Amino acid sequence: MHIPYTIHARPDTGLFNAKLGVWLFLASEVMLFGALFSSYVLLRIGAPSWPHGFEILNIPLATLNTVVLITSSITMVMAWASLKIHDFARYKRYIGATVGLGFVFLIIKAFEYGAKFSAGIYPSESTFLAIYFTLTGLHGLHVVGGMIVNGYFWGPGSRMWHTEPERFTNRIEVAGLYWHFVDLVWIFLFPVLYLL
Amino acid sequence: MAHVAVTHDVHEAIHHTEELSFWRKYVFSLDHKVIGLQYLITSLVFLFFGFTLMMLMRWQLAYPGQPIPIIGKWLGEMNAPGGIMLPEFYNQLGAMHGTIMVFLGVVPLAVGAFGNYIVPLQIGAPDMAFPKLNMASYWTYLVGGITMLSSFFMPGGAANSGWTSYAPLSVVATTGQTVWLIAMVFLITSSLLGSVNFIVTIVQLRTKGMTFMRMPFFVWAQLVTSFLLLLAFPPLEAAAVMQLMDRLAGTSFFMPSGLVVAGQILDVSGGGSPLLWQHLFWFLAHPEVYVLILPAMGIIAEILANNTRKPLWGYKSLVYAAVFLGFMSFIVWAHHMFLTGMGTVISAFFQTTTMIISIPSVIILTAFFISLWGASIRINTQMLFALSFLPMFGIGGLTGLPLGLAPTDIHLHDTYYVIGHFHYVVAPGTIFALFAGVYHWYPKVTGRKMSETLGKIHFWGSLVCMNGIFMPMFIQGLAGVSRRLYDGGQQYAHAQGVLQWNEFMSIAAWLLALFQLPFIINFFLSLKTGKKVESDNPWEATTLEWATPTPPPHGNFARPVEVYRGPYEYSVPNHPTDFTPQHVPDPVKA
Amino acid sequence: MSRSPEEIKKHVRVYVNVFVALMGLTVITVAISYLHLSVVPAVILALIVATIKGSLVASYFMHLINEKKMIFATLILTGIFFAALMSLPLIFHIDKFY
Ligand code: HEM
Ligand SMILES: [Cu+2]
Repeated sequence: MHIPYTIHARPDTGLFNAKLGVWLFLASEVMLFGALFSSYVLLRIGAPSWPHGFEILNIPLATLNTVVLITSSITMVMAWASLKIHDFARYKRYIGATVGLGFVFLIIKAFEYGAKFSAGIYPSESTFLAIYFTLTGLHGLHVVGGMIVNGYFWGPGSRMWHTEPERFTNRIEVAGLYWHFVDLVWIFLFPVLYLL
Repeated sequence: MAHVAVTHDVHEAIHHTEELSFWRKYVFSLDHKVIGLQYLITSLVFLFFGFTLMMLMRWQLAYPGQPIPIIGKWLGEMNAPGGIMLPEFYNQLGAMHGTIMVFLGVVPLAVGAFGNYIVPLQIGAPDMAFPKLNMASYWTYLVGGITMLSSFFMPGGAANSGWTSYAPLSVVATTGQTVWLIAMVFLITSSLLGSVNFIVTIVQLRTKGMTFMRMPFFVWAQLVTSFLLLLAFPPLEAAAVMQLMDRLAGTSFFMPSGLVVAGQILDVSGGGSPLLWQHLFWFLAHPEVYVLILPAMGIIAEILANNTRKPLWGYKSLVYAAVFLGFMSFIVWAHHMFLTGMGTVISAFFQTTTMIISIPSVIILTAFFISLWGASIRINTQMLFALSFLPMFGIGGLTGLPLGLAPTDIHLHDTYYVIGHFHYVVAPGTIFALFAGVYHWYPKVTGRKMSETLGKIHFWGSLVCMNGIFMPMFIQGLAGVSRRLYDGGQQYAHAQGVLQWNEFMSIAAWLLALFQLPFIINFFLSLKTGKKVESDNPWEATTLEWATPTPPPHGNFARPVEVYRGPYEYSVPNHPTDFTPQHVPDPVKA
Repeated sequence: MSRSPEEIKKHVRVYVNVFVALMGLTVITVAISYLHLSVVPAVILALIVATIKGSLVASYFMHLINEKKMIFATLILTGIFFAALMSLPLIFHIDKFY
């Protein structure tokens, strides 16, 4: 059976299915993280005292992680651009780099968590730490999810390029949208948790 | 170009269906119709199970402290020693009844089953936009549902903090609550996958000529519903994650400082807000009540138009009202919280929005009533259910107004009046609409009609019993009887005058169960003995689902369909038949 | 979206510029935090920088800048409900001012 508009855009909406689908999914993600951000603001305003993130957390590491994630965003978009100019080898390098940078991000994050745990700092310590671990943990899960998807398109999933190049390019565009969103969330998490 | 491809592939699909293995065809199917039926069966089973829990509770309310006959022995010594239900078990039943009915029963039935089966057909699509996602949505739902039920076997039993799971009670509750939260995460994920799929399908896969304003009202209702699910559920997911953290990692999102439990100050960091949970919960749960009602209204619209044999009155106003309803439903949530110490400014705001949101509901109901005006109505079982939906939903909606105004809600909040209110909208409202939908679309799915005789017994019995259960709740609620009493109010002086209703309501509830038997028998028996339909369009309807072969094959349409007109062209003057299907070209123009 | 290779090359230049801008803004936001401003200006500055960064990512990496009407409509709707959600803290406190 054939589902229309999986490859080419529907003329009146100008969209192919997966593109609309992923944007809708991202809209729901906005509401998910929005609820947590909102809770953060609410709890912070209500608290008699609130620590500054920079007193407890490791800013240099987090800054490094910001750089890593932003870099992975540009490699992701370059991976898509490479497919657009039909350079598959280059695509492979860029998507590989994206997955690799995701790993680097997680490793740095693991160091951060590890240092906290070994210093006896747990989520149950304070509301600030509760929200810090919940938000970064959830974000970390999103990174893992993105890496699985990108890893698939780097490995076995990339075979589709040889049979249905346009459809494959669409898939990378859609995966990219998700990955940039994960980056975008971090761009807000970083100042809110670490710098304020 | 795409259309040529469709023709080719549809033929191919028809030939291919026989080659699929049993597993691919019925279990791990990608066909939206099979998935819809899977949803149908599963959610009906959950619905009957949730109803059973309530019937047990009604025994305790009618005859407090007396052993439950027969079944009492099976409940186990932990729950009901000597067949007498313990308060803890009563609480579990209450929480699980609400959760199961809403999240495992009605919503999956209205959206997962009816939406899945009917929406692609009504817009002329070969399937949903993402068939694999569709399958994943069903299986995630099933896992979530089974997880939810498994909580009965946890130490301390199932979740027992109400379907609303208010903190901090839920945070200090037994393990069942953890299972509840995990199950909810599954259910939310499932509905997320579903809603993305629905919206993309409706926006992208409408066939040629099917403009937005030619879509049947049912499709509009599903579209708005999907947006509600998409955007309202994630905040509850976030809240569920936070409550899980509170329970498992010892955080204090919802735990205030200095909370005393069982005479001891709780050892938590504190500083959290129990009200935060309520806000996040109702941010979902108010839109959720419109998730419960909108698809029902959609079904009613289809059945009314079909059986009044005239166009639905005010199609455009219906569509705008539904969209506005969906939009407003996001900004009324705090009307569930007037008694939480809310100040006058916020209270005034939410009272105002609540009054505003009742306007589109009234518009929809009014349009339905006017549609009946001057019609020569064809009475069959689905039409009976649809007709009774109107006053039943009317009672439910009107009783909502005093709840939406703080001065009256202060008296009525948390009494049986609230229970009466929302059951009138959901039980003889939504569930009647869903029954109507089953009778209406059964011939399309099976090629046979359900029995009218059994259908009428089912209808009249259910109608009488439903009112027998829920009408007295208003009386008790107005007298001030709390909705959460284990003994039905025995120990309260103010309840004494209305206590006699408890037994009456319980008997009505058990009779209601009895009157579901004709439905169950009808449902299965008609597969074999139902009257065979002579055409693909036995009700002489206008919408596209009736333009498919019966039952529709994988890929749905035998030929590509094109749409030439609006959805409800009945009794068009100078037309040879009293219905003009959407896909039949105009003889004049052709 | 079928774009010619030449166009893509132009895009790539834009991506690199955006990348440089994002790096610059990261440095700025960290630098500001070391000034230890009082809460209100610190929050305002941090949010302004984050919003600029966020819109750069959304506009260029996610191509929102020339996206279709349907997507915008969805995002505007989401934005409204997001605002409702973010008003929660306000709901808790607004009555104190009256
Ligand atoms: C048409 C106008 C409606 C208005 C003005 C309205 C108003 C309200 C209000 C103010 C409450 C809170 C009462 C309290 O706890 O004190 C409430 C409860 C409830 N309503 Fe409605 N409602 C309306 C329609 C509906 C519909 C259509 C549904 C579902 C299909 C529904 C389902 C519920 C449920 C489930 C609750 C109770 C939740 C709980 O506390 O467990 N309502 N309604
Ligand atoms: Cu409500």
